[in-house]
Amino acid sequence: MKSFLTDSVFLGVVVSLLTYEFGLWFKKKVKIAIFNPLLISVIAVMVFLVVFHIDYADYQEGAKYISYLLTPATVCLAVPLYEQFELLRKNLKAVIAGIISGVFTSMTCILVLALLFRFDHQQYVTLLPKSITTAIGMGVSEELGGYVTITVAVIIITGIFGYITADAVLKLFHIEEPIAKGIAIGSASHAVGTAKAMELGEIEGAMSSLSIAVSGILTVVAAMVYANLL
Amino acid sequence: MKYVRQLLIILFISFLGELLKYIIPLSIPASIYGMVLLFLALELKILKVSDIKETSNFLIEIMPLMFVPAGVGLLDSWGALQSIWIQVVVITLISTVIVMGVSGSITQFVIRKGKKKEE
Repeated sequence: MKSFLTDSVFLGVVVSLLTYEFGLWFKKKVKIAIFNPLLISVIAVMVFLVVFHIDYADYQEGAKYISYLLTPATVCLAVPLYEQFELLRKNLKAVIAGIISGVFTSMTCILVLALLFRFDHQQYVTLLPKSITTAIGMGVSEELGGYVTITVAVIIITGIFGYITADAVLKLFHIEEPIAKGIAIGSASHAVGTAKAMELGEIEGAMSSLSIAVSGILTVVAAMVYANLL
Repeated sequence: MKYVRQLLIILFISFLGELLKYIIPLSIPASIYGMVLLFLALELKILKVSDIKETSNFLIEIMPLMFVPAGVGLLDSWGALQSIWIQVVVITLISTVIVMGVSGSITQFVIRKGKKKEE
């Protein structure tokens, strides 16, 4: 039985979809932001793997086909971006100011907190790319000599946390303009956050998609400078 | 057959993104190149939104689901994270909130300043 569970290619996908579906249902029932389908699904799959003694690698054998769609899905973010391009052009100054300030705030924040916690250089550069999309962040961490596995973990935590708290944070800072909402979410919590921005609306989603690309690329350059500061 | 063609277009652009990543020696992922390529294709009228609309909407809608395996992967990186996890979580939470607040506020500030000028 155990070898069947670890060998099955579909089990990982089925469990992921099932727990996500459960998360959707649960979210509708309770309407509390922290119970979002992504978080519920991640935790439920973890519990499932631990209870049935299934290795992550075996789960991943099937689940990788879900992740496989991530590149094409990210490519498709160009569609809302294209549809909102007029609006983007009109607000170009605001958008650029928002994204640049996001990148520098992120790195300064990490620098200050890393100093506070007495992190060494390697731990510090591991966290530097935490607000950008996994694929770029991994490259940055590797380039600077960080622990790539931790970087990936931190990027995911950042994304899920941004996804969960976006509504509350935007309210707290009185951010009401749809463009500003999208830039805020995308700059702080990359593609996972963008999924949230998409739920808020077309404009939010488009601006968030733009932030992923621009802040990701900016971070590649800025991280090289920031890496020398600790 | 509509969906096959839509999927073909999207996957082909993803492939071109991979190709660019292979050729250009920067740590920019294939998905970002692909996003830029699709945007250019739409902007230059090589493609129409209707050529990929349904499939693209579907992929974007199920995007959060695609992060489930990566999230579950935290199980595997636990070993590396164990000794500093409290600090890492604190840094992550604080900086995510601050970044979201600051970049959103600045964007909104510039937008509203522009609006006032128009009036």
